[in-house]
Amino acid sequence: MVERESPLGAAFRPGRHGNLSAGPGLRISEVTPSGIAEAAAWPGMKAALAEVISSVTALSLSAEPNTGDVGPESSAFSIGPQRFLVTGGADLPARLAAALPLEIGTVTDLSHGRTAIRIEGARAGWVLSKLFAIDFHAEAFPLTEGRATVHHDIFAQIQRISPNGFDIYVFRSFARAFWLELCEAAEEVGYEVAG
Amino acid sequence: MLIPCPHCGPRDLAEFSYQGDATRVRPDPASTDMKAWYDYVYNRPNPSGPHREYWQHSGGCRAHLVVVRDTLSHEIISVAFAHAGLNTAEGRQ
Repeated sequence: MVERESPLGAAFRPGRHGNLSAGPGLRISEVTPSGIAEAAAWPGMKAALAEVISSVTALSLSAEPNTGDVGPESSAFSIGPQRFLVTGGADLPARLAAALPLEIGTVTDLSHGRTAIRIEGARAGWVLSKLFAIDFHAEAFPLTEGRATVHHDIFAQIQRISPNGFDIYVFRSFARAFWLELCEAAEEVGYEVAG
Repeated sequence: MLIPCPHCGPRDLAEFSYQGDATRVRPDPASTDMKAWYDYVYNRPNPSGPHREYWQHSGGCRAHLVVVRDTLSHEIISVAFAHAGLNTAEGRQ
């Protein structure tokens, strides 16, 4: 079987970089899960879709806009009306598709097409604010919630996974350019790439 | 200009794409009234004040929206999903 390679290539440089006068303010890592899927519901079926995803992933999801959940094996969040981004093990897309009746919605396997980048640290919101025109304060972007937004016209879907941690899902083909820009934005506060 | 998307909340104009005048009414496809078709395709009233428009949150949730915007002040007077069913199933409003 062909093994999946990271799209970051030589841009992935483990170690400490940037302004380290106060120690690294951030930790950046690639955390692409084995399985990534987009689940979409027909109109009026989002609550039913949330129930199916919850049963497959052991997460607790609702149909409310922007909401999500983070578990030890899976995570999911709303990325639009009737749509969730769901992550988990390699078999997640198949298990989700098997559990989701066609009357409720459909599943698209995105495992090959997305890269997840994790940024953690007290200055994470500060650095991400340089790249995205959304509010990263905890009051406006609570824990486990997600946001669908863009970075220079390229999609990015972001979930708050801890008080100072965010997982950013970008197109795999765009991941290296985004990683380099994220590292540049983080130079001001110093960062550690976890290898 | 911020547009309060019913799914995502307030977002910068850069995330949205203008999709056209939402006040137009398409003539009956069987109609041969050339003036009605000409007006539908080409003529726009360009009002000064509230204007009903289609926008897409193309850099966010991708939903198509109906926005009432004041063309003088850019005040957003109302926003709703263009798919009427979503306004009760999904919206914050």
